[in-house]
Amino acid sequence: MAETLLEKVWRLHTVRELPSGQTQLFIGLHLIHEVTSPQAFSMLRELGLMVRFPHRTFATIDHIVPTDSQARPFADELAEQMTVALVRNCRDFGITLFDLGSGRQGIVHVIGPELGLTQPGMTIACGDSHTSTHGAFGALAFGIGTSQVRDVLATQCLAMSKPKVRRILVEGTLPRGVYAKDVILAIIRRLGVKGGVGYAYEYAGSAIEAMTMEERMTLCNMTIEGGARIGYVNPDRTTFEYLRGRPFAPQGEAFERATRWWQQIASDPGARYDDEVRFEASTLQPMVTWGINPGQSVGVTEPIPHPEDVPEAERAAYWEALEFMSFKPGQLMLGTPIDVAFLGSCTNSRLSDLRAAAEVVRGRKVARGVRALVVPGSEAVARAAEAEGLHEVFQAAGFEWRKPGCSMCLGMNPDRLRGREICASSSNRNFKGRQGSPTGRTVLMSPAMVAAAAIAGEIVDVREMLP
Amino acid sequence: MTSAAICEISGRGIPLPGDDIDTDRIIPGRFLRSVTFDGLEAHVFEDDRQQNPKHPFNQRKYHGASLLIVGRNFGCGSSREHAPQALRRWGIRGIIGVSFAEIFFANCTAIGVPCATVSAEDARWLQETVAAHPELELRLSLETMTVRAGDRTIAAQMPEGARRQFLEGTWNSTFILLEAGEAIERTAARLPYLIGF
Repeated sequence: MAETLLEKVWRLHTVRELPSGQTQLFIGLHLIHEVTSPQAFSMLRELGLMVRFPHRTFATIDHIVPTDSQARPFADELAEQMTVALVRNCRDFGITLFDLGSGRQGIVHVIGPELGLTQPGMTIACGDSHTSTHGAFGALAFGIGTSQVRDVLATQCLAMSKPKVRRILVEGTLPRGVYAKDVILAIIRRLGVKGGVGYAYEYAGSAIEAMTMEERMTLCNMTIEGGARIGYVNPDRTTFEYLRGRPFAPQGEAFERATRWWQQIASDPGARYDDEVRFEASTLQPMVTWGINPGQSVGVTEPIPHPEDVPEAERAAYWEALEFMSFKPGQLMLGTPIDVAFLGSCTNSRLSDLRAAAEVVRGRKVARGVRALVVPGSEAVARAAEAEGLHEVFQAAGFEWRKPGCSMCLGMNPDRLRGREICASSSNRNFKGRQGSPTGRTVLMSPAMVAAAAIAGEIVDVREMLP
Repeated sequence: MTSAAICEISGRGIPLPGDDIDTDRIIPGRFLRSVTFDGLEAHVFEDDRQQNPKHPFNQRKYHGASLLIVGRNFGCGSSREHAPQALRRWGIRGIIGVSFAEIFFANCTAIGVPCATVSAEDARWLQETVAAHPELELRLSLETMTVRAGDRTIAAQMPEGARRQFLEGTWNSTFILLEAGEAIERTAARLPYLIGF
């Protein structure tokens, strides 16, 4: 019988059915970082348990690291304590840590793929909601909390209920200036921030097939913003070519055998889906958020909707968002002055993101009064970008070229908004207070749009700035 | 070894109107700079409370409440278990809402805080009733899947797997997962990517 990738991978990793009716699911790859793991290791110690499969957990440090000077000890004592704890936990339990300066450190969802740890057909868990990123490879990847991190450390398993699958077809060709970020923002706008609860999203269609792996990662990364814990793309030649030669990918003969298996785990033609929706790529335009969740967005040429025009259940949330952002119904986001431009995060800090932004920035200057920073997603991304001189393009324009980390996405390190600043951000969440100032305002957009806003000092349509 | 069975939560309520309340709002990121969950209760909804003196978590009349009444998609966003930990340490033992974000729901389950859903009308009624009568004793029963408020009984729902974890005392799943024993290694041994393809 024709099956989806989700059904095949789920069955393969099923250890047993639990008395509760849930599945005991084996986790093939576990990624940890300094914020959501220390309490899990403490619980493990209290229970007197060891890590069951220490070679299937990999660690890095990303959320709390400063991105200017990364010299230890960190100025922030709390961040230093967390770092010390991670190093000690990894040493005590035999876990590989990609530490600062190792050449392999970076945002956990950037390094997993670039090291070849993330592979098709795996189950992948990490104490971070953006673990859905790894679904770009045809893996079932999802975020978990700290108690579940403990469960994976102790048993390499989780108690889970199988989600339904919604196929999201994106057909056609993306117009110039429209990127994977715009696709996922458009999807979330239509399906809603809670539309995916109970579902895994399978992204398919010609526009998805044409995407690079880095674009697919951006797409899958924000799946959780649409309420779905898992998003995936069926593995294909693009996936295999990306993985070939990566440090943790199979090598030589094993790679050929792996490719044959990876092909088999893709969804079969004729597989049944619990739901299906379609998008037309050619109709999409650059997206910007105007509100306080990632579903509150518009195309850059469209006005902010009027709360009276939306279903009653959403009206109060619209008014609340407009009040927090100090925007008005019917207003265009075009021309909105910005204070900060942030290029980075697990959504958009990979080499292709930096290239897309640099294409806009090259030969131009950041507008007066705008604080602009570029934070590469990993040490490897930074090296590759520097090798092609991207850091000089950004620095010449007035951007700060920072060291890898989560940076201004989430307010856990020194990179934060101040007061009511408005930030054009390539990150994933425009929640109130997300970027570190309780009253700070976030406008989500693609890296190219962030670059354009940094140059103009206000939100502009990047399509008018591209060569 | 198992965790204690949880069949019923009773106590006073605290209403928190609004949809899509994310975990950054429940506990802002800067408070996650710690290697323990200790003291998180002091910062629950910190920024919302600063900006809104009338925030329910600022109101004395709700202190000591154990059942939180919320709207749609409560707990969306970040997977931080710090959010349910902060609520639990504040005193919340169960949450009743229109719907919950998935990771938040799983995190609550893992620390023994049941999240039950009710209709949007019933959630609004509960919020209004508790606001008018903060002293009212509520009772969430996982056996009958009902919320009892005064002389009214409201139907509630919860996915059956989680409900049974509470009733059977297996919501702390470490030990139930360990019971699979060698079946875990046998599963690993059939995964192509763990055996060199």
